[in-house]
Amino acid sequence: MKDVMGVIYVNDDDEALQPLTKDRCVASVPFGGRYRLIDFILSSMVNTGIFNVSVFTVRKYRSLMDHLETGKSWDLNRKQDGLFILPPQTHYHSSEFQGALQSFNQHLDYFHRCRQEYVVISGSNLVCNLDFAPAVSFHRESDADITILYKEVEHPEPDFAGCGKIITGEGARVQEIITASNPARGEKAALCIYIMRKALLLDLIQQCTEAGKFHLLGDGIIGNLQNLKVCAFPAEGFLSMIHSIGLFYRRNMDLLQPSIWGELFFQPGLIYTKVKDEPPTRYTENAVVQNSILANGCIIEGRVENSVLFRGVRVHKGAHVKDSIVLQRSVIGENARVEYAILDKEAYVSAHKTFRGEERKPVVLEKRKTV
Amino acid sequence: MIRARDCVAMLLAGGEGRRLGMLTRELAKPAVPFGGKYRVIDFTLSNCTNSGILTVGVLTQYQPLILNSHIGIGIPWDLDRKDGGVTVLSPFVDQKGGEWYKGTADAIFQNLYFIERYDPRYVLVISGDHIYKMDYSRMLKYHQEKQADVTIAVIEVPWAEASRFGIMNTAQDGRIVEFEEKPEKPRNNLASMGIYIFDREILQDHLRVDQANPASSNDFGKNVIPQMLQADCRMFAYLFRGYWKDVGTLESFWEANMDLLQDQPDLDLNDRTWPIYTVNPNQPPHYIDPAARVKRSLINEGCMVFGQVEHSILFPGVQVGKGSVLRDSIIMSGTTIGTDVLLERAIIGENVIIGNGCYTSSPGKELIVVRENSIFPDNSVVESTLNGEMMGLRGEKK
Repeated sequence: MKDVMGVIYVNDDDEALQPLTKDRCVASVPFGGRYRLIDFILSSMVNTGIFNVSVFTVRKYRSLMDHLETGKSWDLNRKQDGLFILPPQTHYHSSEFQGALQSFNQHLDYFHRCRQEYVVISGSNLVCNLDFAPAVSFHRESDADITILYKEVEHPEPDFAGCGKIITGEGARVQEIITASNPARGEKAALCIYIMRKALLLDLIQQCTEAGKFHLLGDGIIGNLQNLKVCAFPAEGFLSMIHSIGLFYRRNMDLLQPSIWGELFFQPGLIYTKVKDEPPTRYTENAVVQNSILANGCIIEGRVENSVLFRGVRVHKGAHVKDSIVLQRSVIGENARVEYAILDKEAYVSAHKTFRGEERKPVVLEKRKTV
Repeated sequence: MIRARDCVAMLLAGGEGRRLGMLTRELAKPAVPFGGKYRVIDFTLSNCTNSGILTVGVLTQYQPLILNSHIGIGIPWDLDRKDGGVTVLSPFVDQKGGEWYKGTADAIFQNLYFIERYDPRYVLVISGDHIYKMDYSRMLKYHQEKQADVTIAVIEVPWAEASRFGIMNTAQDGRIVEFEEKPEKPRNNLASMGIYIFDREILQDHLRVDQANPASSNDFGKNVIPQMLQADCRMFAYLFRGYWKDVGTLESFWEANMDLLQDQPDLDLNDRTWPIYTVNPNQPPHYIDPAARVKRSLINEGCMVFGQVEHSILFPGVQVGKGSVLRDSIIMSGTTIGTDVLLERAIIGENVIIGNGCYTSSPGKELIVVRENSIFPDNSVVESTLNGEMMGLRGEKK
């Protein structure tokens, strides 16, 4: 993997995850009790042995930079290679950002300076635990110009809506990518993970930007389907692309199944994140916790059911948290009730108050807001 | 922040901790896992960082591998510094030969060259086997205000227990007039916590005098402090109020762990103004099954609980099977407990495998201590690892 570098780019609009993305980009949306979305793809790259990773940012990346620091948590604080955070050269208004190729074009120096021959490019909103080695081997052996990773859709959930449906021909060669479709069960959903030579990527950047086109999939890849050999390779395991609050809620809830918990967090490698010095979670005499996952630093004096608790959450006496996702350092006051809800960081549900959504429509309490 | 030229901390971490039995077979007492996440030494190291004392020499001797790799270059405690930081000081040889550290004072004496490198005015001597949170910078301020030569931190102990400690008899202004090691009839209840601040030069002089005395066992409590008292040094007692526990015995180690499980623990690990740092394992949030029941417990990340955990502590990555019951127990990292297991008052080492239906049977209510990597086949009795016993299929040896 010494000759492979990783590129993580913004593949999704942050509007879809509002209000969680009010002050943060999609890549830094918290997930799974102690992680942020970017941790999954970043850890996958590092566990594969990719030690040169760049993260291209567009907007609202303060929390992302704070999270990534020097890359220490992923062992990416290196003298050679390591982690590169590449913000836009000028600050865009939301309308000015036109696609990943535009970001790449602003940091050509980075690409020129890297010694690696191949590049794995990925979007930043994937929840996954992938080993890229088989895909990279496939790419080399198949003599493909570009390899796109896909997921064969198993359940009729909208995880891959808008990702593009891949239609392949002989030898896994991609014949068509239909972006305006919602891949159904058994169909191949494109994952916005691409493998190609760095030289080809540089060509695509030049070709597209000269034409004023910046979309990586639409302009760079689909636009060249006829000239290039584009192949598809399957990705295995628990996979989702978080592009709505509903999906955010359901995929977090999936972690309450021990098989998914074990698969996503341990296989094939560990998912790393910025560590916090939180003590183990403390359960008091009156704590009742069932079917939940809890990160460190929580103090549980009340009742927690079917929920995901991030680090440092406080559930006071008589409080009842059910079917909810509670982000870092939120507080649920005495005898308060929270149901079908997402509490963003440091939210506060006052004593005796109720904050309740519906199963199909969880409610969100914004960061640092009080009910 | 306190500069290295003001104060250097010397942390004694070479203790074998013989009374901790199986827990210290493979590692030094300060490296013993504690509180579901930490090692004992984390409390003193974190105290140093939180007090702004950022130059720390850690004196190791007994079974140092785990301790050394835990401390590393001090990153978890923010003690990886260009100026100062943490330095592990092991016994060494030079052209005249070399020796193991004979006592606590000898350990400091042999490393005077380390202290001299920083040329500090004060030296703080602490040990890595106590559980407490203390701001050493306040003690240093007291030392300066009293213009003391030596300041010794003391804690009030119950009068009934005073004869188990080194007791300081003090005058009105806090000046120490007498030191009695384990007095039969204590006249005071201020016990030494083994925390000292010395004026560097006075420390140097007295360590040299102590070294010249062949009858000395080169120990601070036994030799150097009495010798300083005799020499009429200005010695003051600094009264510490708060939680403090020596985890020198299995019983006190267990108690200190259980103290963390109170609804309002005396030692607050969640206090954000005084965090306790350690090497963080990277594990997902722990999972509690619908059939599980957890109360009065500390559970770390990476655990999976399908059974009942009551008044117990689980380190990272522990699995507790369906129908199992844990009470008053401490389970260290990576241990797997099968289904329908009953554990009471047990301290289970790392990566132990306990088969289905195993149980503890301790009519005398003595603590069961199981060494790391032990394996108990299904339906066997979980009993303490005996000294000299090899790891392996323990249940089958009968």
